[in-house]
Amino acid sequence: MTPPSNVIEIRDLARTFGGGRTILGTKKPQLTAVRGVSLDLRKGETLGIVGESGCGKSTLARMLVGLDRPTSGAIRLDGKDLSSSGTRALARRVQYVFQDPVSSLNPRQTIRDILEAPMRHLLGLGSKERKERLEKLIEDVNLRPEFLDRYPHEFSGGQAQRIGIARALAAEPDVVVLDEPVSALDVSVQAQVLNLLDRLKRERGLTYVFISHDLAVVESVATRVAVMYFGEIVETAPARELFRAPLHPYTNLLIRSAPVPNRKRQKASGDSGELPDPYDPPPGCPFAPRCPRAEDNCRAAMPALEAKDRGKDHRAACFHPLSRR
Amino acid sequence: MTAAAASSRDDRSSGRERRERPSTFALILNNRLAAAGLVVLCLIVIAALAAPILPLADPNATDPASRLAPLLSPGHLLGTDALGRDMLSRLVWGTRVSLVVGVSASLIAAIFGSAIGLVAGYAGGRTDQMLMRLIDLTMAFPYILLALAIVAILGPGLINALYAIAIVNVPFFARNIRGITVGLARREFVDAARLSGKGPLTILWSDILPNVLPTIVITLSTTVGWMILETAGLSFLGLGAQPPQADLGSMLGDGRKVMFTAPTISLVPGLMIFLIVMSINLIGDGIRDALDPRLRSGALARPAFRTKVAKGRRKADTDGEQEPLPADAGGVGLDPLPAGEGGNRYPPLPCRASPPQGGRSPSVGLSERSISPLEGEMPAGRGGFQGRDGDDVASDRNDNPVLAVRGLETDFHIGRSVYHASNGVDLTIRRGECLCLVGESGSGKSVTAMSVMGLVPSPPGVIAGGRIGFKGEDLADAPDRRIRELRGGAVSHVFQDPLATLHPLFAVGDQIVEAIRAHQPLGKRAAEAKARDLLDLVRIPNAAQRMKALPHELSGGLRQRVSIAMALANDPELIIADEPTTALDVTVQAEVLRLLDTLRRERDTAVLFITHDFGVVSEIADRVAVMYAGRIVETGETAEILTRPAHPYTRMLIDCVPVMGEPERRLDAVPGRPPAVNRLPPGCAFADRCPRVQPDCREGEIPLETKRGSLEARCLHPLGPGEALAGGADPLEARP
Amino acid sequence: MTATIARRLLAAIPVLFGLSVIVFLMIALIPGDPATAILGSYATPENVARLNASLGLDKSLPQQYLAWISGVLSGDFGRSYALNRPVIDIVTERFSATLLLAGASLVLATVFGLLAGIVSAVRQFGFADKAITLAVLIGISVPSFWLGLLLILFFAVKIKLFPASGMVAIYGGGGPLDILHHLVLPAITLALVATGVIARLTRTAMLEVLRQDYIRTARAKGLSERRVIYRHAFMAALVSVIPVIGIQAGFVLGGAVYVETVFQWPGIGAMLVNAISQRDILLVQGGVLVVAASYVLFNLLADICQTLLDPRLK
Repeated sequence: MTPPSNVIEIRDLARTFGGGRTILGTKKPQLTAVRGVSLDLRKGETLGIVGESGCGKSTLARMLVGLDRPTSGAIRLDGKDLSSSGTRALARRVQYVFQDPVSSLNPRQTIRDILEAPMRHLLGLGSKERKERLEKLIEDVNLRPEFLDRYPHEFSGGQAQRIGIARALAAEPDVVVLDEPVSALDVSVQAQVLNLLDRLKRERGLTYVFISHDLAVVESVATRVAVMYFGEIVETAPARELFRAPLHPYTNLLIRSAPVPNRKRQKASGDSGELPDPYDPPPGCPFAPRCPRAEDNCRAAMPALEAKDRGKDHRAACFHPLSRR
Repeated sequence: MTAAAASSRDDRSSGRERRERPSTFALILNNRLAAAGLVVLCLIVIAALAAPILPLADPNATDPASRLAPLLSPGHLLGTDALGRDMLSRLVWGTRVSLVVGVSASLIAAIFGSAIGLVAGYAGGRTDQMLMRLIDLTMAFPYILLALAIVAILGPGLINALYAIAIVNVPFFARNIRGITVGLARREFVDAARLSGKGPLTILWSDILPNVLPTIVITLSTTVGWMILETAGLSFLGLGAQPPQADLGSMLGDGRKVMFTAPTISLVPGLMIFLIVMSINLIGDGIRDALDPRLRSGALARPAFRTKVAKGRRKADTDGEQEPLPADAGGVGLDPLPAGEGGNRYPPLPCRASPPQGGRSPSVGLSERSISPLEGEMPAGRGGFQGRDGDDVASDRNDNPVLAVRGLETDFHIGRSVYHASNGVDLTIRRGECLCLVGESGSGKSVTAMSVMGLVPSPPGVIAGGRIGFKGEDLADAPDRRIRELRGGAVSHVFQDPLATLHPLFAVGDQIVEAIRAHQPLGKRAAEAKARDLLDLVRIPNAAQRMKALPHELSGGLRQRVSIAMALANDPELIIADEPTTALDVTVQAEVLRLLDTLRRERDTAVLFITHDFGVVSEIADRVAVMYAGRIVETGETAEILTRPAHPYTRMLIDCVPVMGEPERRLDAVPGRPPAVNRLPPGCAFADRCPRVQPDCREGEIPLETKRGSLEARCLHPLGPGEALAGGADPLEARP
Repeated sequence: MTATIARRLLAAIPVLFGLSVIVFLMIALIPGDPATAILGSYATPENVARLNASLGLDKSLPQQYLAWISGVLSGDFGRSYALNRPVIDIVTERFSATLLLAGASLVLATVFGLLAGIVSAVRQFGFADKAITLAVLIGISVPSFWLGLLLILFFAVKIKLFPASGMVAIYGGGGPLDILHHLVLPAITLALVATGVIARLTRTAMLEVLRQDYIRTARAKGLSERRVIYRHAFMAALVSVIPVIGIQAGFVLGGAVYVETVFQWPGIGAMLVNAISQRDILLVQGGVLVVAASYVLFNLLADICQTLLDPRLK
C-alpha cells in the first residue's frame, strides 16, 4: 500500500512578532510565536494540534490559511510553495473556522451575504448557481433556509458556529483548519458541532486540521496528533498511540492534567512551574525547567523531532523520552 | 450576569423579541431631552430655511432714524441694531448662514477625517504610522490656535473660517474612526472576509464601513454643535463673516460695541447660538445613547454595594412566622415550630435544634398549590421549598450547615422583561464540604452563588425571594454593615479570570494586606508579614518579592494563587469559587485545583464551587447540584451522580462531553437549547429536549424529590440505576 | 522610572520639530508675495526688499527653515511691523498673562470636573446626577464669548462685584489681590466648557470602572464603599481622565482667545486676533509657536503622570 499523499507540507515554518529597532537604535522586544515547525498533512486525515495558550498553535493555523505570513519557512500545497502568496491563493483550497463564532460573522451582513461572498469572489459563480448552492449548503449544516436572510445576532453560539462552518465550506476547499471550533460553545452544543464536522468530513472527503487545548476533544476527533509547546512541535503520533503511551514528558503532563469525570487524580507531583519568558527564551529544551526527567544536555540544546522506538510515525523532540508503561 | 446575557442572546432568534426591540429613532424619541432638542432644532431650521419667504424686513436695510430700537418696538419685534437694521430679520438670516457654515464644515471634516481614519486603521503599518503622525502633529496645536493660524494664512472671511474649522476637526474624526477601524480590522469577521476572497477595498467598503458608520454618526452628532459654535466664534472675533454678510457670531461681535447701552443686540444672537448648540448636543446625546450598544442595553448602570432585595420578598408564610435557619447551636433563639402546622407551607430548614419530622409530605402541599391557579395570591415561591426528607436524616448525622439557601429567587429586570436567573434554589453546604454547582452558561449557577453575598450586580439583579441562611442568619435581611463584615471575612470569593478580578494598578501584596486589614486590627507591618505567609501557603515562589508585583506581571496560574491567598486571608468558613480554573491552562488548572482541595481539607472550609466541567467536579466535589434554567434539577453525592444519575439532563450533560481515554464513545448531543428564563414553559423546563418526555412533564411544578441513594431529582420519569438514555432524537436532525 | 520619563521627553522632540516646520510653513503658504502680505500697508519697495533679505525668501525652503529655526532657538522671532517691536518681547509679555488665566481655569475645571463627575457617577440616576448632567450639557453648549458678556453685564455692570475688563486696575492696581479680583470672571468663563467635558468623562470612566470585576473583588473583600469608590474605582478612572485633562489644556489655551477678547485680558490670544486682523504675520507665527510648544510640554507632563499612575503603560 502506498502511503497517503501529503496535501500540505510545512517546512521550518517560523513567525516572529516585533523585533527590529526603534529610531533611536534600541532593540524592540521580539517574540517568536512559532519556531521552526515542520509537519505534513495527509489527505483525508484529521490532524489534531494540541497545546496550551501561547504555544503558537493559533499562529500556525493562521499561517496555514494565509491570514498571517511566516517570517521564514515554507508551506507547500500539493508541492507548490504558497507561504507568501497571501490569503486568496490559499483560500480556494484551505479554509478556516474561527473559535468565536459570533465575532466571525459580520454583524451588519445577512447570512446570505456572508455565505455568498466566497462563492462570488473565490469560485466566480453567477447568482443563480449561488442561490442553488446556498440552499443546499445551509441544509447541510442543519439550518433552515429562511435563516439566510437574518442577521448574525439572531443566532445562538451553536447556530453561529454552524454558519461559520458553512462559510468555510462555501469555497469548496479540500482542507479546513478548525481553530478551537467548540471552545466557545456550551458543552451541550459542542457535541452537535463535533458530530456535524464528522459527517461533513465523510460526505465531502475533507482533510481537517483541528486545533484545541482540550485533549479529550482532540482524542475523540483526531487521527493523528501534534503536541506544541513554546512554538515547537514536541511530539507527533497517531492519536491512539499518543494518548496511550506518550514519549514526551510534556505530553504526559498534559494528559495527566486533563480532568476526567470519575477519575480522582493521583496525589502526585508538585507544581511543575511556569512557561519560560517568550521574550527571553532559555537555551535548550523550553520544557526542561518544568521537566522531571531533565538532565544537563536538555538545558544545553534543543532536541530534534525524531522517531524513537515506536515506529517512524511516532516522533518526539526529547533526549530522555518516556518508556512504554 | 451570564444568565441574563445568555438568555437575551437566545431571545433574539425568536420573532416576537425582534419586534419588541425598539428602533433607533424610537429610542431617540423616548429620550425626553433629545426629543425636546429635536423639536427646538426643527423649528430653528424651518425658520432659517423659510427665511426668503417669511415676511421679514431686509436684513441689510439701514435706517439711522430708528437705530437701537428696544425689544417689541412696532415693526421691529426684536428691536434694531446700531445701524437701525431689523434684528429679527438679521437673526433669521444670520441663523441661516451659521447653520450652513457649521454643517458644511462638519460634513467636510467628517468625510475627510473618516476617510483618513478608515485607510490608516485598515492599512496599518507604515501608512498608518505616517498618517497618524501627521494627525498627531495637527493635534499638537491647541484647538482654536490652529484655526487662527489657518485664517492668518488664508486671510479673514467666512469661507476661510469654514475651511479652518473643518481642517481643525479632521484629526478628531480621523483618530476616532481609526481607533474603531483598527479594532474592527482585527476582528475575526474581517479575516473571514479575506478568506472569502475579498480584496482590501471591498472589505473596507462592504465589511468595515457599515460597522464604522454608527461611530461616524455619533462623532458627527456630538461635534456639529461644537463646530457651529467655533465658526460663530471666529466671526465674533472679526475673522469670519465680513460685512455686510452677517452670521450669528458677527452679529454678536457687532452688538458687543454697544453692549452697555443696548445689551439685547448682543444677547439675542448669543442666545440663538446657545439654543442651536444645546439642541444639537441634546440630540447628539440621544443618538449616542441609542446607537451605542452598551448604553442601549443599559449596561452602563453602576452596580450597587449589594444586590437589591425586593421589598415584598417571598420568604415566609403569611402568619409572619418564620422557620429558623439552620444554625450552630445557639445561633438563633427562635423556637422551631412543628412542621406542617398552622398552614405553614414551608418545610423546616435542617437544623440540629429542630425535631425530626415524620410522615409529613410537604412536597404534596406545594404541588397542590402550584397546580391550583391562585391568581390573586402571592405565589409561595418558584420551585424551592420542597420537602427534603433526606436532609432530615442528614442533619442528624452531619454537622450543621454553614450555608443553607432556601427558595432563592434572583431576577434580572432588563427592559420590560424579567429573567428568572435563579428560580427557587435550595442549597445546603456543611462544614468542610465541597458542593459543586454544575450547569451550562445561562443556567443560573453563577447568579445563585453570587446572590449569597449580594454580589449580583444591581441593577439589573434583584433578590425576589427566598432566604440565604448563613449559620442561622438570613443574609438577605442582614444590614449592609453585617454583609461587609462577612464579605472577605467568614465568606470569601475566588473568581474566574484573575487578571480582571485583581486591581490592575495595585501590587498584589497590597491587595492582600487590604483584605487582611479590612477584618483584622493589624498594623501594616504585621499584615504584610501575614500576606507573605499566605503567599507561601499557596506556594508562590519568592513570596517576598512577588508582594510588590502587579497582577499583569504574574502568570495566570500565579494570579489565581494570589486570589486564593486573598480568599484565605481571614480564615473563612465558606469559600465561594466561581469557575476559578476555567480561564487557566490544563496543567495549571490541575495544580490550582489540587491546591484548593488540599487547603480546604486542611482548614475544614466549606466550598461552593461553580463549574461546567464534570472532570473538575470529580476532582474536588463531595456533592453535586446540577442546575438547568434557574433551578436545581438534580443533586446528590459526586460518585453517584456521575455514574448513575436519575435526571435525563444530567445523563445527557455527562454523555455529550468527550472523555479522555474513551475516544470511541459516541457523543450524544443534547438537541435544542435551554428555554429563555423570562418565558419558562409550565412544568419541566427540559421537557422539550428530553427523550423521555411524557405529557405529564409539561403540567405543573415538579418537585425535587429523593429518587434513590443520595440522589434527589426534579423528574417524573427518572432513569434507573445505570440506565442509559434510549437514543433520543438524532441531534443532527433535530433542527433548532 | 527615570528611563521612562527620558523616553517620553525624547519622543516629544520629533513632535516639536514637526510643529516648528508647520509654523515655519505659515509664511510660505501665504498666497501671493509673502513680504507684501506681511508688510501690508508698510510695504514700500525698500521694506519689501529688506524683509525678503531677512527672511531669506530667495533661498530654498530647507535653507530658509534652518535660518529661521536657528533664530528662534536664540530668541529671534523677527520683528512685528505693526508694533515695531521684536516679536519675542511682545510674546513673552503676553504669554505670562495667558498662562495665569489658562492655568487658573484648568485648575478650576479639573477640581470641579472631577468632583462633579464622581458625584454624578456615584449617585447615578439620582437627583444630583440629573442636575449635574444638565448643567454639564448647558456648560458645553454655551458660547464662552456670550457667557462672558452675560457675566460682565451682571457682575460688573449690575452688581459691580468684579471689574469688567483688564488684568489690573488702572489706578493703583497690580497687586496679587487686584489681579485675582480681575481674574475671577474670565477664569470662570474659560473654565466652564472644560469643567463640563472633564465631568462628563469622569462620570463615564467611573461608571465603566465600577462595572469591572476588580471592583466586585474589592467589595467581596469586605472593603468599605468609601474605599471601593475613592481608592479602587477613582484611581483606575483617573488613568483615563488624565489624558482628557491634557487635551482640555489645549481647549483652554485656545478658548483664551475669546475670553481675552471679551474681557480685554492682555494675553496672547487677544494679541493674536489683533495681529491677524492687521496681517502681522510674524507676530502670529511667534505667538502660535510659543503657545503650541507649551501645550506639547503640558501634554508631556500629563503623559508622564499617567505613566506614574498606571505602570502597565511603561
